Amino acid sequence: MAAPSYATPLEKVWHYAFLVICGLIFFFLIAPIIVIIPLSFNAVPFFTFTPEMLSLDPAGYSTKWYQDFFTNLNWQGAVKNSFIIAFFATIISTTLGTIAALGLSRAEMPFKSLIMAILISPMIVPLIISAAGMYFFYTKINLAATHLGVILAHAALGTPFVVITVTATLVGFDRSLIRAAANLGASPTRTFFKVIVPLILPGVISGALFAFITSFDEVVVVLFVGSFEQRTIPWQMFSGIREQISPTILAVATLLVCISILLLFSVELLRRRGERLRGIKN
Amino acid sequence: MSTAEALVTADGTPLKVSLARATRRSKIRALMLVVPLFVFILITFFIPIGDMLLRSFQNELVGDILPKTVKALENWDESSGELPDETVFTAMAEDFKVAAENKTIGKVGLRLNYEKSGFSSLFRKSGRRAKKLEPPYKEAFLEIDKKWNDLEYWRIFKRESAKFTKSYYLAALDVGYDEAGNIAMKPEEKQIYLNLFLRTLKLSLLITALCIILAYPVSYLLSTLPANKSNLLLILVLLPFWTSLLVRTTSWIALLQQEGVLNDLFVWLGIVSDDGRLAMIHNQTGTIIAMTHILLPFMILPLYSVMKTIPPSYMRAARSLGATPLTAFVRVYMPNTVAGIGAGSILVFILAIGYYITPALVGGTEGTLISNLIAYHLSTSLNWGLAAALGTILLGLVLFLYLMYDKIVGIDNMKLG
Repeated sequence: MAAPSYATPLEKVWHYAFLVICGLIFFFLIAPIIVIIPLSFNAVPFFTFTPEMLSLDPAGYSTKWYQDFFTNLNWQGAVKNSFIIAFFATIISTTLGTIAALGLSRAEMPFKSLIMAILISPMIVPLIISAAGMYFFYTKINLAATHLGVILAHAALGTPFVVITVTATLVGFDRSLIRAAANLGASPTRTFFKVIVPLILPGVISGALFAFITSFDEVVVVLFVGSFEQRTIPWQMFSGIREQISPTILAVATLLVCISILLLFSVELLRRRGERLRGIKN
Repeated sequence: MSTAEALVTADGTPLKVSLARATRRSKIRALMLVVPLFVFILITFFIPIGDMLLRSFQNELVGDILPKTVKALENWDESSGELPDETVFTAMAEDFKVAAENKTIGKVGLRLNYEKSGFSSLFRKSGRRAKKLEPPYKEAFLEIDKKWNDLEYWRIFKRESAKFTKSYYLAALDVGYDEAGNIAMKPEEKQIYLNLFLRTLKLSLLITALCIILAYPVSYLLSTLPANKSNLLLILVLLPFWTSLLVRTTSWIALLQQEGVLNDLFVWLGIVSDDGRLAMIHNQTGTIIAMTHILLPFMILPLYSVMKTIPPSYMRAARSLGATPLTAFVRVYMPNTVAGIGAGSILVFILAIGYYITPALVGGTEGTLISNLIAYHLSTSLNWGLAAALGTILLGLVLFLYLMYDKIVGIDNMKLG
């Protein structure tokens, strides 16, 4: 953006200085994420740029860390576990969260803010405390070190995100549409599937994506509630960083960045689509 | 008689009653939708946390394993200055024989060892010889170990045989019992937990302040740009937000470590010499830098959404009324953003005081936070009672802030992405 035409020279200087400062902050935000991408192609097991890499010598680059990732059984098990756990946790939290959000957005809902505060608390409670409580309790009921235990724990942590996104979608929801459907002879079930679901679907899907990434990224609870059998990608990364740092972790990190870019764009597109459907102008 | 009461529905019930019934029914219907989720997180989340709260003061172990001794000890007056009499020792001999057979004696020893070191070896030693004990038991026990002659051990034994204990909370607040059994602050060099709580609060405040400083200009820029440009720049904020925590922590390790990218760059630029490489990781600096980066989006997003609603005409009006740009900014613009700063700060602060992963990986010893110590007691020292007490204190702190957030911002207004 340009400085306004009435600005004094001093204001102009300040204006450009301000833009530079903002640029630096954006750089601070994004550089750490970008920098690991080239580092993951390092030919030697260092976490930094070698002279060969800087001179763009092909010998300085290699894809061997990616090969390691795709052939190492520990990592492959972690990938499988991550997807299984995240998938089922997402299904549970999306279903329960969406139904609850439908109730919460009804005008006649009593104690709304109290219930909302309770339902959102899994997001606020520090993870180490949730993990400690779940560790004690799930051990007691024989859920510790099982896939089911981790799935249930992640589902609980994911529900607040679904509740928040779906409730936000329902804010702009025109309730007269439901009455119109009923007026035209649709049963409540038919109204739900033909009128409500298509309109809130973008919100539900982005809530589901939030729940998915919550489970996919979560490590503290897996560390305590799970065991080696339930190891997920973050679990494997965490123990990898603690024990011996291998650039395979950087390769995994790069792949995860690609996944998050994909998710980010899906959520963004869904949000816009949802707003268009509900007739909200950006 | 008002008209509402006079009106009746087709079946003769007053309209008011009928309306109340319908409202109640629709209220119940709305509540029913929330019930499944509520029950689910009650079982998977709230009960586990309640269970942890109980653990912080529950203390049944000693009474379960040594029931007769605990009962006999009830009659002993610890202020008498004398050792318990033969009945206590007889009960203890019986209990020890059973416990040694069940191999549970070590557990009690370990539990009491949290209160005073020496208990563990005392109990193991006495347990090994319990089988061969002959009356009079008092002499027999004193022969095994002189510690049985020490009143302090007996006082702690009696104190911790109660069903509930406050010793975990006392330990978590660096309060202990002195030799006479009175509650007193621990000497300053032994205050681990209070110092760690203080450090956690201090670092969280610092990180929150850094986030405000960094988020303010960026949010301002985003809110003044036209929508297509600001949406593009917003991706730069949202991408870190969506990127795995471990990825971001890993990249900070790559950037900050001694042989890492930043140090290499500094050496190449000649800012530092090759053997004077800066230690930016495994200390507080590492924790502060990495956590500020990770939590920054949580400050930018609420600030941005507040700044977007401030009409630019406010500033122009202030300027045309004769305010300098600085005055206009400080007196007109900034007061309008206080709500956003408040929302972002509480959010960042809540997240920061409970952080575990990043300090564990980049914090070293002086950059760790209270969560790391809870994890240590959970998985390494296995002092679960103390872990639970520390967790409860932290939870209380977070819930207090959460309520404040609800008061100031309203949970309903929480938005994502």
